[in-house]
Amino acid sequence: MKNLIDKTALQKAFITSIPTLTGYIIMGIAFGLLLSDIGYNFIWAGLMGLFIYGGTMQFVAVDLLANQVTLLSAALITFLIHSRHIFYSISMIDKYKDYGIYRPYLFFALTDETYALVNLPIDSEIDKVKYDLYLSILNQIYWITGDIIGALIGSFSLFNTEGVDFTMTALFIVIFLEQLQTKSNIFPAVIGLSVSCLCLVIFGPENFLLPTMVSIVITLLIFRKRIEKTL
Amino acid sequence: MIDIQHSVLIVLIISLVTIILRIGPAWIFPPDKPTPDILVYLSKVMPPAVIGMLIIYCFRNIDFTQYPFGISEILSGIVTITSFLITKSTILSILFGTILYMFMIQVVF
Repeated sequence: MKNLIDKTALQKAFITSIPTLTGYIIMGIAFGLLLSDIGYNFIWAGLMGLFIYGGTMQFVAVDLLANQVTLLSAALITFLIHSRHIFYSISMIDKYKDYGIYRPYLFFALTDETYALVNLPIDSEIDKVKYDLYLSILNQIYWITGDIIGALIGSFSLFNTEGVDFTMTALFIVIFLEQLQTKSNIFPAVIGLSVSCLCLVIFGPENFLLPTMVSIVITLLIFRKRIEKTL
Repeated sequence: MIDIQHSVLIVLIISLVTIILRIGPAWIFPPDKPTPDILVYLSKVMPPAVIGMLIIYCFRNIDFTQYPFGISEILSGIVTITSFLITKSTILSILFGTILYMFMIQVVF
């Protein structure tokens, strides 16, 4: 483990990570509050931040835990929500190919934000392997810290948290608006919205997620030729 | 009461699938071999479709036929969208939307 600390790379990584510092801690707190609201303490929050490490998925996981869904549903829902990571990982295979023992972790740590940050250009004198590693670790530390703080605040019941679950709705709305700025996302987004409304009417609010996701995948495959023209 | 055992299994399975999806492609698809088209296609078009679905999911329990007709959800949603269009800030938009929603359901209704 010689030369594990490279000060220049660490400094540079920290500066790059400042936007995620605030973002992850605030969103992490929102997640921790939600999780403690349904009765899980900061240890759960911290471990979920460590092993799942994904904002959208962890918010959905709160619902999955609250409803105590079957393991098959949990697996399928995770697969569909995190399917985009296949794309992230594939696109990083070349860049991370000589990263040795750090490779598995670096691939695991590719959240939306980290993916964007490690793809920013940096000075050539900096040790790229260490820089990417520090950046990935720092981001995850911010996220876990937020998760734990949120769950702790929630457990002290300092204020009436009723309605705090709207952070999840608002987060999805904002992500959705960001995605709509890319033109090729509009048609898949419309499919997502309309198929979901239809499924909500057909299947009702109780058993909504699974049949809807399957319907969305089928619809996306039916329109594949048309959508691929816009990609 | 929380069913600890089942909860641990749920968290475990979510973690496992996540880890496989993030680390797996690096092993399955070597740099010199092309990835199956259908996987690349789905991983590109799923995100906007899934987020669209999750928004509907969050609103699934609104009853438009009964008072208060989802007024809190709709108003807070509009405030979130407007804040984002004006400030372009994720955090501020979520904060404004949530504060309004908490105010609406704790104080107004």
